[in-house]
Amino acid sequence: MQSLTSRAKAVDRKPMTMWEKMYIPAIAKGMSITFGHMFKKKPTVNYPEKTRPFSPVFRGLHVLNRDEEGRERCTACGLCAVACPAEAITMEGAERLPGEENVYREEKYAAKYEINMLRCIFCGLCEEACPKDAIYLSETFAPSNYTRKGFIYGKEELLIPDPVTDPQGFAKARGEHQPTTAK
Amino acid sequence: MYLNLLAIDLFLLAEKAVLILIVISVSLLVAMYETWGERKVAAFMQDRRGPNRAGPGGLFQPLADGLKLFAKEEIIPTSSNRLLFILGPGLAMLTAMMTSAVVPWSSHFNMFGRHVSMQIADVNIGILYIFGVVSMGVYGVMIGGWASNNKFSLLAAVRGASQIISYELAMGLSIISLLMVTGSLSLRTIVEQQHIGHYYILLQPLGFLIFLVCSFAECNRTPFDLSEADNELNMGFHLEYSSMKLGFYLFSEYVNVFISSAVMATLYFGGFDIPFVNSTWLADHWGQNALAGLQIVSFFVKIVAFIFFFMWVRWTIPRFRYDQLMNLGWKIMIPLALINMVVTGFIVLLHLYGWR
Amino acid sequence: MGITQVLFWFLSIMAILSAILVVISKNPVHSVLWLIVVFVAISGHYILLNAQFLAIVNLIVYAGAIMVLFLFVFMLMNLNSETEPQKNRWLKIAGVIAGGALLLVMVAALKRADLKTQVAQMNTGDIGLIHNLGMALFHDYVIPFEISSVLFLSAMVGVVVIGKKD
Repeated sequence: MQSLTSRAKAVDRKPMTMWEKMYIPAIAKGMSITFGHMFKKKPTVNYPEKTRPFSPVFRGLHVLNRDEEGRERCTACGLCAVACPAEAITMEGAERLPGEENVYREEKYAAKYEINMLRCIFCGLCEEACPKDAIYLSETFAPSNYTRKGFIYGKEELLIPDPVTDPQGFAKARGEHQPTTAK
Repeated sequence: MYLNLLAIDLFLLAEKAVLILIVISVSLLVAMYETWGERKVAAFMQDRRGPNRAGPGGLFQPLADGLKLFAKEEIIPTSSNRLLFILGPGLAMLTAMMTSAVVPWSSHFNMFGRHVSMQIADVNIGILYIFGVVSMGVYGVMIGGWASNNKFSLLAAVRGASQIISYELAMGLSIISLLMVTGSLSLRTIVEQQHIGHYYILLQPLGFLIFLVCSFAECNRTPFDLSEADNELNMGFHLEYSSMKLGFYLFSEYVNVFISSAVMATLYFGGFDIPFVNSTWLADHWGQNALAGLQIVSFFVKIVAFIFFFMWVRWTIPRFRYDQLMNLGWKIMIPLALINMVVTGFIVLLHLYGWR
Repeated sequence: MGITQVLFWFLSIMAILSAILVVISKNPVHSVLWLIVVFVAISGHYILLNAQFLAIVNLIVYAGAIMVLFLFVFMLMNLNSETEPQKNRWLKIAGVIAGGALLLVMVAALKRADLKTQVAQMNTGDIGLIHNLGMALFHDYVIPFEISSVLFLSAMVGVVVIGKKD
């Protein structure tokens, strides 16, 4: 029979010699291997103290972005919801009232914006579809929750902290890899 | 009359009581840190880090484990034999602790104008005492397994006990050839002979190997941990045990490892002797107390080396199958020990009749 | 009372009590365990007589090995009161008579023996020490000792032959 891989090795079924039957050389060999491993570099990362860097293309939890003045970018155009293959995004648009110019950038905004994290497959198509650069996928995981309801993220969870009032929180939520698409 | 008797012995009694207290607490402490060391050694040999959360380097891990075991729910099966169920782990722990009575930890201190011997009891049957206590250790396993009223733990108890008895035989036979060389059963005498001459590992390499393998089997350590076999044989005889009773069983294993390391170091590696150092010179120049202290350190270095060896073997060699275990014990170890005995006897007789 | 006497009485009472418990225990496993206690007490007596070697050998051989085998057998047999065959009443009476006769013989023999003048050597005798015992066994009584060891060997061979038969 032809072997499946080039590394296949025929099992040696010869009766053991006296020297092999004593097992002591074999045991010594095994012991030296385990002893050698004591001084090998440990591949473990001490997690809470050290985190493994994400790759630049990592797609984590969604963030609803603001611009430099802290205004919400989203205009509730619905392109992300259309693009979403898992149909995880729901939104309701509303018109900006006079006096809310410092809160919403465009004349229309998302009054309700929900992503079902149980449905979401973190493909990043919403990020690509967004013309206003309002949604992108950050570098955090969706944390666990006790209820299914807890996985439906509303605007409170998704919205990035205000860069004017809370610049640190903003920088942290934005992460190292910033969205690079259009203005 | 007994007042008179007590008046003579009062100092000795106090000295021995303190020594017993120290030895017991030290062996418990060592056993505690053996659990930590075991996990660390296992981790390092498997390219992991091991416990490192509780305290620096995970040093408080045994405390946390002990606390956890104490805090866990204690379950005594309703159909079990309550008294014997509790007696089992107690007996295991008792026999494990009793063995240390005849081990000489160091020569002696000069304290309060007295010779304070660092040995609880220098009985002239030292090694046999150890064997006697170890042979009683089987009952911890058997009683625990039977009192659980569970078929699996009963079978495991029978398995474990027959393993211990089988290897006790080979162990005794390997010791006999050592005793032919030493001519004494007292552990202190054996150590003192090694002070003057060379270590008995040089005279009895085969005997040492047999003793080593048998003490692995006696302690239920890995190549022979058939009696517990945590994963595939339902935890063995302590299947029904929980909380600190389980802790006692596991702990007594570690105490046994400590004591058998001490015994092996005593019998074959010179005990508390400091290698390459003339101890009489040291006693003259630095004083007896300094010498005794250094001897304790030297002894503990040897013990720790043996404990490490126990762990090293555990994380290298896979478990034997039961028939392999019995074959090794009865068909290889005992004949080897007998051959060793005959050869040793022959050579000892040759020496006796003037051949050099 | 000296410490030796206190220990003697303690060990004697322990030995007799547990010996009685061996007989009257319903559960055979308990009987075996009490028998082990008896052996431990007797070993204590040996130590009082300064026969340390005998004491330890008694522990190793009887308590440590033979009793474990007893325990094996009892634990693996399903000994319940239901499976226990009902004994004949006449058999019981015969047993009592036989036992009583044995007791009578022993009492009579001990009564004749001159015990008062033979005081046990507490703590002072040295025949039980390993050196003297070794000299006695291997020097003075070599031939009987070796013959008894041959007897043991033949018993062992016999066991192997019986075991191999099937």
